[in-house]
Amino acid sequence: MAYTEEELKKELETKEYEYGFYTDIESDTFPKGLSADIVRAISKKKNEPEWMTEWRLDAFRIWEDMKEPEWANVNYEKPDFQAISYYSAPKKADPNKSLDDVDPELLEMYKKLGISVDEQKRLQNVAVDIVVDSVSVATTFKKTLAEKGIIFMPISEAIQEHPELVKKYMGTVVPKTDNFYAALNSAVFTDGSFCYIPKGVKCPMELSTYFRINEGGTGQFERTLVIADESSYVSYLEGCTAPSRDENQLHAAVVELIALDDAEIKYSTVQNWFPGDKEGKGGVYNFVTKRGLCEKNSKISWTQVETGSAVTWKYPSCILKGDNAVGEFYSIAVTNNFQQADTGTKMVHLGKNTKSTIISKGISAGKSQNSYRGLVQVSSRAENARNFSQCDSLLMGNECGAHTFPYIEAKNKSAQIEHEATTSKIGEDQIFYCNQRGIDTEKAIALIVNGFSKEVLNKLPMEFAVEAQKLLEISLEGSVG
Amino acid sequence: MDLKEKLISSFMAFENNVDVEHPVHDLRMEAIKNFEVKGFPSKKEEAWKYTSLKSLQKVDFSIFPKQENALEYKDVKRYFLHEIDSYKIVFIDGIYSSFLSETTHDGVDICLMSSALTKPMYKPIIDVYFNKVASKDESLTTLNTAFSKEGAYIYIPKNKMPKKPVEIVHFATGNEASLMLQPRNLVIVEENAEVQIIERHQSLTPNAVLTNAVTEIFAAQNAIVDYYKIQNDNSSASLIDNTYIDQKSKSNVNVHTFSFGGKLTRNNLNFYQDGEHMDSTMKGVTILGEKQHVDHHTLVHHQQPNCESHQDYKGIYGENATGVFNGKIIVDKIAQKTNAFQQNNNILISDKATINTKPQLEIFADDVKCSHGCTIGQLDEEALFYLQSRGIPKKEATALLMYAFSNNVLDSVRIPELKVRVNKIIAQKLGVNLGFDL
Repeated sequence: MAYTEEELKKELETKEYEYGFYTDIESDTFPKGLSADIVRAISKKKNEPEWMTEWRLDAFRIWEDMKEPEWANVNYEKPDFQAISYYSAPKKADPNKSLDDVDPELLEMYKKLGISVDEQKRLQNVAVDIVVDSVSVATTFKKTLAEKGIIFMPISEAIQEHPELVKKYMGTVVPKTDNFYAALNSAVFTDGSFCYIPKGVKCPMELSTYFRINEGGTGQFERTLVIADESSYVSYLEGCTAPSRDENQLHAAVVELIALDDAEIKYSTVQNWFPGDKEGKGGVYNFVTKRGLCEKNSKISWTQVETGSAVTWKYPSCILKGDNAVGEFYSIAVTNNFQQADTGTKMVHLGKNTKSTIISKGISAGKSQNSYRGLVQVSSRAENARNFSQCDSLLMGNECGAHTFPYIEAKNKSAQIEHEATTSKIGEDQIFYCNQRGIDTEKAIALIVNGFSKEVLNKLPMEFAVEAQKLLEISLEGSVG
Repeated sequence: MDLKEKLISSFMAFENNVDVEHPVHDLRMEAIKNFEVKGFPSKKEEAWKYTSLKSLQKVDFSIFPKQENALEYKDVKRYFLHEIDSYKIVFIDGIYSSFLSETTHDGVDICLMSSALTKPMYKPIIDVYFNKVASKDESLTTLNTAFSKEGAYIYIPKNKMPKKPVEIVHFATGNEASLMLQPRNLVIVEENAEVQIIERHQSLTPNAVLTNAVTEIFAAQNAIVDYYKIQNDNSSASLIDNTYIDQKSKSNVNVHTFSFGGKLTRNNLNFYQDGEHMDSTMKGVTILGEKQHVDHHTLVHHQQPNCESHQDYKGIYGENATGVFNGKIIVDKIAQKTNAFQQNNNILISDKATINTKPQLEIFADDVKCSHGCTIGQLDEEALFYLQSRGIPKKEATALLMYAFSNNVLDSVRIPELKVRVNKIIAQKLGVNLGFDL
């Protein structure tokens, strides 16, 4: 049946976060606050070698001297970094046990999210490294991957088992000094994934990690490091949902990608953390530093669908260091109610014949603010650099805002850079056309939004594309009058 | 002593030469306080990210010229649009030159800011308009407000249009080793009135000049204002040009900026749309070489529904030149049915030239059409080849293509003689004789 505008609005406003449940698992939580002792304690808890502890402490000292960045186009209550507990691990979790021994309560939680581990393992040919509150509890398909020489494990294990790789690459793309949140992450990161694809290996399956924030009042500091050695290929998926909590939760992750000569990395994200309720209360703060380094002839492709979080501050970037490197960024950012997103990318062209593509689609509804902030930089040695950027914004309702801040800096005469941006709303005639053909307004909007985002959705791996499409629909139901 | 301190201490000396009882002086005092707190903007500020004023602050500029200087008309004739008759307001080293000027009070007022600020008959107008649209917060604008004394004053009453265009020309003679000028212009165009203004800053010697100008323009209902800025100064002259425009319903304001020279040029062009059904146009051609630096900052603030704005800036950068474009469009929540367009195209012709561009949209209304496009590229090799294959030498072919590239902007120039003049400057800049005048 067709809804009236009022009904739609009402339903949207009262629609609680679908995945907002809270699983009661006993947690091993550190006292709140951050100090050098806490950093040491985290390192000790993780049984880390000396160099890692030092690395963390160094980052902590850097962080202490840094100030929170203020330049982003977002307003929020600054988190109190001394009121956060920096480590929590579900007690019953034990990464070495088989899947059957995993806490049934946890498995139940994943089922609610529609990502039943065993089902995925059987049906979807996806290796899943599930992270619940900082510690990996189930790692699947490890064996299959090991046969190919692919290393895919929690980063804490990698520090123990492959210290040479971690030591060599960690912090090279996102240095400890990079920014406030990266420094914080470097000091206190508790878990995350590590992935290494050896020379010439094409990873046979999509690697994916589901991040969850569970324990109220704990921040999550994930650290992901993906290294694709020469001529290798990997597609990495990351998806997130978080339970509904009233307290603002902080998430400051760091993702580093390294594509060596001729390698290709595809990194996809679906982010659907708790965005806060319709009054803007609660919600996750998502301050993420994601960056990839491209060596000769390599390619890094970022795809993201951002529908959650109260505040998003995220710029997946590519450093196109080698000649002929390619960087891509495809993004859909949806904000509703009081959400704020300041997201975009940086494409730094250093090598010759480097290419980058940026497609960013922003959809704002309710009272939200959606910003695209991007940088395309062509250095004086980057001959024949090529960039194409397109930023489209769709506004729904007159209380939201869409903003574009594209920075373009060219220092080479052979550079070719194009940037386009448009802002518009869904045309009444488009909706009328659909209505006329018996498609109700809500479905029509879903249809139009889908078309608007198609270019990006197409870039997602199949199983994600379906989920993402669903997410878009849920996030925007009835936001247009 | 750095420039900021010098300016602040000069303010007392400045006070001896103005009427401190006049209400405008309260504005000056407020302004100097603001400047004292803020000082010169640094590269840390977002708006000045790509333009540094550091080297200028080290120069020991004279704030007040020591003597009056005269110029012969024949020596400076070429800086005027001498092909046509025009009203002229001419300043030499910041001091009004009645000899070179041609002002009028015949139906319209085309005269001096100094008389508008001192004569009682202008007081009602000054009370209503002076410093009303200019920023009271931006440090360089307030610096100008603090020292505001001289400049052009143009008042066009209802339903009037001056018979000929107005030229505002500032000469620097170089009699001082280094000179800082702070002209303050006020342009008021009443209902259904129209005016065309050409502004030029020209330094005649290699001595350093820094001009920090503020122009306030008020366009009432149905008013039409055409403002042309010609910036073709020599490489020791720097210009910070702040223009603030307040537009009322159905008015039409066009600002063309032609930047072909100068050491450092910073244009702050701000449009505030306070009414419906109006059009704001800002266009610019920038052709730079040497170590020149031009920074175009535009702001269009759509505050009411049903308005349009058009921006089109073309830039060609050679040698070590640096170009900056930062266009900002803000559409308020109530400004529905806004059409805002912004275009910025750039060509780099040297490996050492740099272009930084940031076209920015901030939109709070949903029923709008806003778009911006921005490109950086080279001349089309195939087009070049086509022209060469038809016997046009490479240099001329390149110039032709560049000329065509910037022609969109020239199209909307409404004074034919000015169009020809700009064409000539472009040809001269490109080092060719195009062999045709448009």
